[in-house]
Amino acid sequence: MSNKAIVYSEVQQSGWGYYGVLMAGMALVGLGLIAFFYLEHTGHYVTGMNNQIVWGLPHVFAIFLIVAASGILNIGSIGTVFNNKAYQPLGRLSGLLAISCLIGGLMVLVLDLGRPDRLIIAMTHYNFKSIFAWNIILYNGFLALVGLYVWAMMDHKIQYLYKPVGFAAFFWRLVLTAGTGSIFGFLVAREAYDSAIFAPLFILISFALGLALFILISYVLFTGAQRVLSKDLLKRKRYLLALFMGAVLFFEAIFHITALYAAEHSHFEQFILSGASGYSLWFWLGHIVLGSIVPLCLLLLPWWREQVSSLLGAAALVVMGSFIQLYVIIIGGQAYPLTLFPNATVESSFFDGVIHTYTPTVWELMLGVGGVGVTLVMIMIGVKVLRFLPVSLATAASGDIE
Amino acid sequence: MTKNLVNEYRRRFLAGLGLMVGATLLPELSNTQAADVTARPENEPASSHKRWGMLIDVKRLTDGGAAMVAACQHEHGWGHDPQASAEQQAQWMRVVKVTDKQTLHSFSLPVMCQHCEKPPCVDVCPTGASMKRADGIVYVNKHTCIGCRYCMMACPYKARSFVHEPLKDQKPHSPRGIGTVESCNLCVHRIDKGQLPACVEAAPHAVIFGDLQDPDSRISQALKASGGTQIRADLGLNPQVYYLNI
Repeated sequence: MSNKAIVYSEVQQSGWGYYGVLMAGMALVGLGLIAFFYLEHTGHYVTGMNNQIVWGLPHVFAIFLIVAASGILNIGSIGTVFNNKAYQPLGRLSGLLAISCLIGGLMVLVLDLGRPDRLIIAMTHYNFKSIFAWNIILYNGFLALVGLYVWAMMDHKIQYLYKPVGFAAFFWRLVLTAGTGSIFGFLVAREAYDSAIFAPLFILISFALGLALFILISYVLFTGAQRVLSKDLLKRKRYLLALFMGAVLFFEAIFHITALYAAEHSHFEQFILSGASGYSLWFWLGHIVLGSIVPLCLLLLPWWREQVSSLLGAAALVVMGSFIQLYVIIIGGQAYPLTLFPNATVESSFFDGVIHTYTPTVWELMLGVGGVGVTLVMIMIGVKVLRFLPVSLATAASGDIE
Repeated sequence: MTKNLVNEYRRRFLAGLGLMVGATLLPELSNTQAADVTARPENEPASSHKRWGMLIDVKRLTDGGAAMVAACQHEHGWGHDPQASAEQQAQWMRVVKVTDKQTLHSFSLPVMCQHCEKPPCVDVCPTGASMKRADGIVYVNKHTCIGCRYCMMACPYKARSFVHEPLKDQKPHSPRGIGTVESCNLCVHRIDKGQLPACVEAAPHAVIFGDLQDPDSRISQALKASGGTQIRADLGLNPQVYYLNI
């Protein structure tokens, strides 16, 4: 491990800044818990979800955080697996953020279950043909591996585990995100899904989203704790983020072009792409323009690219764009009706043949932000009680910023 | 008074004539009998030597299957959950009106769980609650369903519903639980007792129910003679519900 020279320390700040963020996180957790207990008591009829749109806003939040978790671990993996020394000091923080995001996402997923009291059944009854069951194993394994990975970075006594566990965690995270994408890829019945490309697409979304979130969170933590970030590292992350975004756009384009080409999927593609639905606006304006093109301009155009604010702005837009992208995939994909009879129109009392509508209620929003709150609280407590943050990332080579 | 007797006579005459014509034209679909189902001894598990299936002649369903849907609703008590919105109401079975885009030819048919041989809902269920019995009946084990709704995402027939609220006064033979997923279970409680599913009983002139594994069963014979169409057969799931004249 090459980061021996790096000194880590707990965050010393105890002012309004630190406790303000911690309290905000706790408030979000509180909102999530209120929503959970209310849903548990009344049932899901108080949500906007129904028998047509069965997965709603909570699932968007959950998958957003789970995908982000695996992507955030990339920062550590770049240091460990690809031996990039500049990234190695951030490995511990990367691990903490990954665990925090995953637990936040899983909390939303679990608390939205119709019967969350039966979680033990999900842990003891496995249908190994189900990608969901595999994901339960993958999520638990991820938490265990990343926990060990962070431990190996912090404790010299098990330093010999740093490399092998780092490799295992990297491999595991790729499988995990492929598994998350395959939740949709394996749905043969729905025109919106049923494509193997969801596995690599989700891996690439995790690359871009994870990096963008890491840029934002690490910047806030470093500046909040009055520690020095390396300008050189920020520059590297800028190029990496642009590269990941390009890859996401490439896979997204391949997915839609292939679907447009296949007659059986073309109607759905027109629904998503052509402006015939609100989802088209989200897709083009939210995901493509604001979530991809604008941040790419901020990252690459010469008159913006040198500024830290451009990088932060781009990262924030990528985070927002990824959320919208997942919203369009998850909700938009369900809004389009199932095809019972190709080349025929269908109608029924069960809303066959019609575009389904979905309006989330405040309970779903509260449950979703509750997961974000869990992530936030875990990060804030983590950096306060353990040595996750390097004291300084300043290098002599670059004129570093505070 | 005399006028009423004449009307009654006319009705009887026309009904008798209709029955005669029906029985002559499509003999293979008449005479639905409970003999198509034999009771399962209580101490024996469901047998893989049986495979329950259904053949529905859409032309003979003058109401498009509305009576079948009503019978299902009555048997299992779904469809009037007090708090749920229209979109949240459970529908184990519904009448779907189909209109060909080119010819505008139109017909209606009842659609419910198609009891696939390779059911996607069973494949995706993380806990195995969504299951297929040895005799081919696909249903949800209400004790192990955690309410993740992945099976609803996976079903090509939109056959599954989620219970959105606490329920009271449920049918003892068909419990429905808040937060779990449910669907047509082919009236498994009736089949095990040697009775026909409620929907089949409601349309005896249009539906044959029986064992698809038995080449001599009425349903196998009728399928051999008249063929039958599966909805979305292209998906390769081999549903056990067949339709005629669609």
